This record gives sequence, C-alpha cells and structure tokens, in this order.
Amino acid sequence: MRHKTFFWFFLPTAAAMFLFIAMPIVSVLIQSVFTPHEAVLKEVETCTPLVGCTTETTIDQEATSALREAKPLGRFVGLDIYLDRGHLAVAEVAEIWRNSDSLGAFFDRLGNLPFYRAMGFTLTFTFLVTPLVILFGLMVALAVNAVHARLKGLVIFFSLLPFVITPLIGALVLFWMIDSRGIIGSAVQWLANDPGLSLKASSGMVWIALIVYGVWHAAPFAFVIFYAGLQTLPKDQVEAAQIDGATRWQQVRYVVVPHLMPLVTFVALIQLMDNFRVFEPIVGFNASAHATSLSWAIFNDLGGETRQLSSAAATSVMTIIGVAILLSPVLVRTWRDFKGKT
Amino acid sequence: MASRAQKMPTGLRILSSAFVTLWLIMAAFPFLWTFWGSFKVELDFFSIADWSYALTGERTKAAYGQPFTGAGYYGAWVQEEFLKNVINTFIVCFFVVLTSLTIGTLGGYALSRSSYRYTFWLLITALIFRAMPPITLVAGYMLPFFEWNLWGILPTTIIVLVAINQPFTLWMLHSFFQNIPKELDESAKVDGCTQFQAFRHVIIPVMWPGVITTGLFSFLLAYNDFAVTSMLLAEENRTMVPQIAAFLGTTYTEGNIMFAVAAVVSATVPLFILVMFFQRQIVGGLTAGAVKG
Repeated sequence: MRHKTFFWFFLPTAAAMFLFIAMPIVSVLIQSVFTPHEAVLKEVETCTPLVGCTTETTIDQEATSALREAKPLGRFVGLDIYLDRGHLAVAEVAEIWRNSDSLGAFFDRLGNLPFYRAMGFTLTFTFLVTPLVILFGLMVALAVNAVHARLKGLVIFFSLLPFVITPLIGALVLFWMIDSRGIIGSAVQWLANDPGLSLKASSGMVWIALIVYGVWHAAPFAFVIFYAGLQTLPKDQVEAAQIDGATRWQQVRYVVVPHLMPLVTFVALIQLMDNFRVFEPIVGFNASAHATSLSWAIFNDLGGETRQLSSAAATSVMTIIGVAILLSPVLVRTWRDFKGKT
Repeated sequence: MASRAQKMPTGLRILSSAFVTLWLIMAAFPFLWTFWGSFKVELDFFSIADWSYALTGERTKAAYGQPFTGAGYYGAWVQEEFLKNVINTFIVCFFVVLTSLTIGTLGGYALSRSSYRYTFWLLITALIFRAMPPITLVAGYMLPFFEWNLWGILPTTIIVLVAINQPFTLWMLHSFFQNIPKELDESAKVDGCTQFQAFRHVIIPVMWPGVITTGLFSFLLAYNDFAVTSMLLAEENRTMVPQIAAFLGTTYTEGNIMFAVAAVVSATVPLFILVMFFQRQIVGGLTAGAVKG
C-alpha cells in the first residue's frame, strides 16, 4: 500500500487517538504544574459618620472571576503539586525516615500518606491478582478439558458471565453477598460463631475480598484462552511423554505448560495493564476507608463539588509513568524481536 | 481417540468434576442469588434476623402478602426513571460501536496491507495507549471540555469512548485482516480497482465475522464503562452504570437499596442475552487476540 493511500485510510482513527488520547496526556502534564488562582484580595475602606473609618480586607469577587476567566489554567507552580502532602509528600517522607527506628515502622507510617497508600494497594492487587488469575484459569481449563464434552458449552457459558459483567455491577453483586447481612457474610459469622464479625471491618479482610473479586472477574478470560490452547496441544508429545513414563503431573509440568507459555505471557500482559487500573471494585465495595488505588485517587479528586483538577492531573501523570515502567520489559522485548526480524 | 493410558484414574476424574462444579457455582451463583433477592424487600435480602428469610421471604410476605414483590423494579423504573438511563446507554453503545467499527476497519485494513516500518510503530503506540487507564485521560478532558462547553452531553462521551476503544479495535481488526489473503485485493487492483474500490468490493463482503466479533468487544467496553461516563456526563444524561453508582451514593436509606439491586439485575440482562447468542464469537475473539499476541 502506498503512503498516500495508507494515510487516508488511517487518518480517521489516528485523528481520534491523537485528539482524545495523545492530547489529554499533554493536557494532564500541563494541568499538573498549574494550580487554581488564589482569590484576589482588596482593601475596602468603610467610613461611617461618628465611628470613623475602618479598612477591611475582602475577596474581590469580580477581579477573582475575571482572573480565572482570563487564565483558566491557574498559576504556574512547577513541581509543587507533585511534592505536596497529597502526592509524593517529600517533606513528610523525609520526616518519617528520620523518626522511624525500623524499616517496618517506616513503611507502616508511609502507608498513612494518601499517595503511598494508593500505590501500595495498586501494586499488591496487580501482583497478586495477575499470577492468581493465571493459576486459577489454568486449573479450570485443565479440569474442564477433562470433563464430559457435552458439558463444555454450558461451562463456558456460565464462565463468561463474571468476565463480561460490568465491573461495578460485578463488584456490587459480590459485595451484597459478603455484606455482614448478606448470605456469605452471615455464613462466615455463623461459622466463626461471632455475630459481630464483619468482613468490612478490617483492612486485611477488605483487601482479600477485593483480590477475590479480581480473580473471579478475570479468571474466565485466562480460562478461555488456555482452554483454546489446550485444544491445539500436540497429541504425539503427550504420548511420547507417557511412553517415557512421565506421571500426569510431569506431563502438565513439562509438556502442557511449555506449550501454553506464549498464551501465559499474553494473559499476563493484559492482566498487568487491567489490574493496574483497578478502581470499580473499590467503589462497588465502598472500601475506600481500607483500600485506595491510583485510579480511585484520580476519580476521587475529579468527582465531588470541588473538582481538584491539578491534584488529579499530578496523580494521573504518575500513574502513566507507572504504566510505562510496567510495560517497559514487554516493549524492550518487542523491540528486540522486531530488530531481529528486519 | 483416548487410549487407555490417557484415560484418567477415577479419583482424578471425580476431583476435576468437583472442581468444575465448584467453579460453576462461583461463577453463576452470585447472579442467581441477586436475581432471586431482587424480588424481596431489603430486610429479606439483607437479613439481620435470620438468613433463611432470604429464601422464604418472611418480611416480603408481611409487607406485600406474597413472597415475591416487584417493588424494587417499580422504584427503579417508575420512581427513579431508570428507563431514561437505559435509553442513554443504548444510544451511547450504538454510536460507539458504529463509529469505532467504521474508522477502525479502515485503519486496521490499512495496517494489515502496508509493509512499511511505521505500521509496527503505530501498533506499538496503540498498545501503549491501550495500557493507559481511562481515568487518567479523563483528568485531561475535564478542563478543556468545561472551557468549550462540551462537558455533560452524550456526543462528547461517545467520541471519547470511540477513541479509547480504537487501540483495541485496531489490534483486533489488524489480525483479522491479516488472515484474509492479500491476493484477494491485489488481484482486484490488477484488474484496475483503486485500493478503496478493492476494499469496498472485495474485502467488505468477507470481513463480517471479524467485524462482528470486534463490535461485540466495543459494545462491552462502552456498556461496561464507569470511569468515563460517570465523569463526563451531566446528571440528566447519565447512562445506567453511573446511575447505579448514584443510587448507592444517595439512597442508602432503607428500601431504596432494593432500587439499586433491581437496577443491577436489569443491567445484567442484556449482557446475559449477549453471552447466550454470541458465546462463540466472544470466545473466538479472545483467542484470536491471544494467538496473534
């Protein structure tokens, strides 16, 4: 295809991505170094007969709104927003570092700062859910592959439901069950024989619930892909392994898993990207008191009456940097493959 | 043919059947339970007194004289006018799917037919864009959209969702088009067609399976989105998902939580139907992406 033809074919989609993905990234970069104008103050002298004159400092509404109108971005503050308490909190971290006698205490107190709290949960979620999804998906795929062929369609039908469900709705459906008044919540209370027990009460339990949701939601994705991979498993390799006396476990370990390895890489890549943006379950589980994520922090800044655009923008930029770091091994590998090919 | 050596020992067979059954219960039970519970009153679905009330519907009987009630649905659909949100959702989904397939098909086709180096870089850029959490982009939209008075209306949300959808659509359609032999459109070009005519008369008739599969995923993305729709739509233009979130925020008072439960069940029904009719395409789409990687 010639360059010119390619250009016209590709133009609409390129324009959409440029305007609504590339430009917003520039936009958050710019917004993150500006902060809203402070109110313009003015001194008003009020003179009343007999009492005399007093000067008062009040907000000049007109001038303030005029200034905000003229420069909607606000005033330039450089990296201040990145370094403030809501984000990297450099001063606070240094202070904690000086005053903590052990590393454990340091991380404990670091977890009270909003950005590090969000970062901590996001990373824990990403790096626990991703391997669990792969493991669980593989187990379901192997088990389904072993059941009767006629049941497979049914199993796949029900398995797809947690995957296609709207994340917020899926989270709510699970949350209503584990609520202390819901069916699983009551069951846990009955099992533990403790009517006061609530899954929502402790941070650890909430984290586990969110991770269970993450695995429940994404395992079908891994399952479907691994199951398709199992269908292309070369029979002769399995038979050769059997003749060599491999046990069932050894067959899985040395024949099946290596065959599925490219698919595992694919699932891991997609899952890393998707789990890093976790936030609907936090809204659905109403869990922000116990767990926050980077995406949730942006959402929280943007919502509500006071839209803190600068703060959201700074968190966004750092999230994008996080994504870049997460993706860099994949990109480097793809680049090497590409170099090797040409 | 499974040889005797490949036949599973009974123990393992039972174990794997049990595991599949357990998984089926995990996957399906939450939906069945919520569906069942949506016809109860709150004190039954969230029973403090006795969990078996959720099955027998004690309180529902006391309140309505029968163990099932449509009160939650009445509250959501009539009192809170959920229908408006449903219509908005379908408007958004329809236009997102239509637009993103139109421009994505052109772009994906071009990527699959060009052998220059920049196609690789465009695909990598698309992959990076795919990795961006949508909410970080939303932070970038807010200020410009407020300034230009574009905030809060459906067309803005539609075009934003189309753009967020593009990287995925491009990857998927690119791999579908690569499976269509190049000789098809090249022979058309030899016969004197322009590239666009070749696309129009030769490729379009054979591309529908791939396009339908990609369309399903575009639909799911638009339907399931929460980050973009909740931030970019004004209250009167809300789609279903942000409306459900709003139910939770404002109506955690007694009784009204059942509105949210009913709304959740209502919003699940289209997805259920979708999986029922397009199961094969969804599975095919997932695996096609994986094989191409």
